[in-house]
Amino acid sequence: MFELFSRFFRREGSSTTAKERLRLVLLSDHLALAPETVEALKNDLIAVISRYVKIDPHLCDVSFEQQAATVAMHANIPILGLLADRAAAEKATIASETTPANSEHVSAQP
Amino acid sequence: MSGRRIVVTSGKGGVGKTTTTANLGAALAKRGRRVALVDADIGLRNLDLVLGVEKRIVFDLVEVVEGRCQLKQALIRDKRFENLWILPAAQTRDKDAVTEAQFLRLTSDLAENHDFVLIDCPAGIEAGFRNAVAGAQEAIVVTTPEVSAIRDADRVIGKLRERKVPFRLLVNRIRPEMVRSGEMMSVEDVCEVLTSDLLGYVPDDEEIIDTTNRGEPIVLDPTKRLGVIYDRIARRLEGEKVEFSKLEEPGFLNRILAGWRG
Amino acid sequence: MEGLTHVQTVNQDAVVTTDAEQPKGRAIVITSGKGGVGKTTTTANVGAALAARGLSVALVDADVGLRNLDIVLGLESRVRYHLLDVLENKVSLEDALIRDKRSPNMSLLAASQTREKDDVDTEKMRLLVERLRAQFDWVLIDCPAGIEAGFRNAVVGAQSAIIVCTPEVSSVRDSDRVVGLLPRDLEPRLIVNRLRPHLVRRGKMLSVEDVNAILRLPLLGVVADEPEVVVATNRGEPISLDPKSQTGSAYRSIAARLCGEHIPIERPRVSFFARLGTLFGGR
Repeated sequence: MFELFSRFFRREGSSTTAKERLRLVLLSDHLALAPETVEALKNDLIAVISRYVKIDPHLCDVSFEQQAATVAMHANIPILGLLADRAAAEKATIASETTPANSEHVSAQP
Repeated sequence: MSGRRIVVTSGKGGVGKTTTTANLGAALAKRGRRVALVDADIGLRNLDLVLGVEKRIVFDLVEVVEGRCQLKQALIRDKRFENLWILPAAQTRDKDAVTEAQFLRLTSDLAENHDFVLIDCPAGIEAGFRNAVAGAQEAIVVTTPEVSAIRDADRVIGKLRERKVPFRLLVNRIRPEMVRSGEMMSVEDVCEVLTSDLLGYVPDDEEIIDTTNRGEPIVLDPTKRLGVIYDRIARRLEGEKVEFSKLEEPGFLNRILAGWRG
Repeated sequence: MEGLTHVQTVNQDAVVTTDAEQPKGRAIVITSGKGGVGKTTTTANVGAALAARGLSVALVDADVGLRNLDIVLGLESRVRYHLLDVLENKVSLEDALIRDKRSPNMSLLAASQTREKDDVDTEKMRLLVERLRAQFDWVLIDCPAGIEAGFRNAVVGAQSAIIVCTPEVSSVRDSDRVVGLLPRDLEPRLIVNRLRPHLVRRGKMLSVEDVNAILRLPLLGVVADEPEVVVATNRGEPISLDPKSQTGSAYRSIAARLCGEHIPIERPRVSFFARLGTLFGGR
């Protein structure tokens, strides 16, 4: 409430720009300084994606990039093919559906 | 009961670590505490100069650590505050002259006979910083409301958090008129960006340039606005609940004119 | 390595010029000893002013671990690679250099934020500076505070030095120390930064003459302390590009003097803001 009040009287000036720039640059600095966290995130991401498609973890890359108005995560995950285990693939598809009607429809497929 | 060992750090140079160390130390001594100030900026010492004791240096920190003199021989007693002692840095050496373990030994020894050991940390995050922090149990992170200073403070805060050293912020050189016109970040902005608790803030005040030139802590003069502010911060450091005062410029007219100008 | 040796020779020949000619490929380190006196601001602004004169400029941030030249120039969101990436051959110099959006003649090589100053190989740094001198008219190296490895690595490869000093006792003392540590042939010149003329007049601040009575260096410029610099840094815009700014003008004069022009040192005008403070509330 007080924040709103003070902002009403404070003119929009370079301090707003500075604060926003700092927020982004610190986020970027923190991500760069936490390689273990980035590594753990990358491993988790690879594990999840591996359940759906065939990938080679050694070809995967995850990075954080500061852009003009945000920090974005870039993931480059080359997909080598579909999973050999069809059952696993179907189970994954079923799991992503929410209604019972749909699941019936899926199991009818060859 | 051992004294508190507090490092005054910032990352960025020139934001007021030495001025803060000197004046907070003097404010605490004025309240009757036994205070030892340690200049950890080996090679670029300035704490002695800011307190006007540069001509009274006989031995320095490095000589103590190397065993070439006793600690009490190197400590300089302030002539204005009988409870205030200064341990100067060496000027002709560099920060590789002492190890973290040696620094910790030194500050622990000092803490046995003093209520407060304030360590004036050098700029940066290298050996000089690591040594100074090794000697402390808590920290004051000094920053100004400017982007470079805040970014560097953030880096230092990261390192302090890694080492589990508790700290609070001191925001220095706030210009209320610029905050009001939106051209300077507020104290709240700074604390928010750094996700840190505030110990206190000090307005930009030209008086400090003059007192530093003369080697006098500004707390010597109770009529000086900054002297009062450092006193309040010292009280807060001791755990007293001192309210954060609304910063006013010196003079009612200034405020009106600031409104017209902006 | 053969290519680099060739470059060294070429540069040594190119340095032999008359006073009137602008020497190609000059590397200057901007240093001070004391932190927070305006090295980075000076590097950014003098660089932009030189670029505005049509010269090609490379700015090198040597403050590994605490980089700020990028944020002062508003380029922080474009940093992908940095100094150590280049020194360790992980990426080419061309890929690491960031072209400034406002001054296309000026490029930045950012410092590494997650590494330490000790990670920089001094000899590789020297060779890098030489490579930059072959490609750019001016190479400005922003030196970190202190006198340790960071300082030594920023100085190596430089042919001249600028000492930035504020009119305060600590700054003068640290500058004096640094001058003593610089190689003789660097012939340092002095910029007095953050002067407050109204305080000097009242005897509350050292004058330029007071500072130089101790340092005894050729004076390259005097810059007054103005709030507009804070605003410019907030925005990430070098103030030397603002034609209306007194501070900008001071930096542009410095750039002109570096190019050999003889411009008398300006006495900074007392700002209206400061004068008002004196009249209505100053002690």
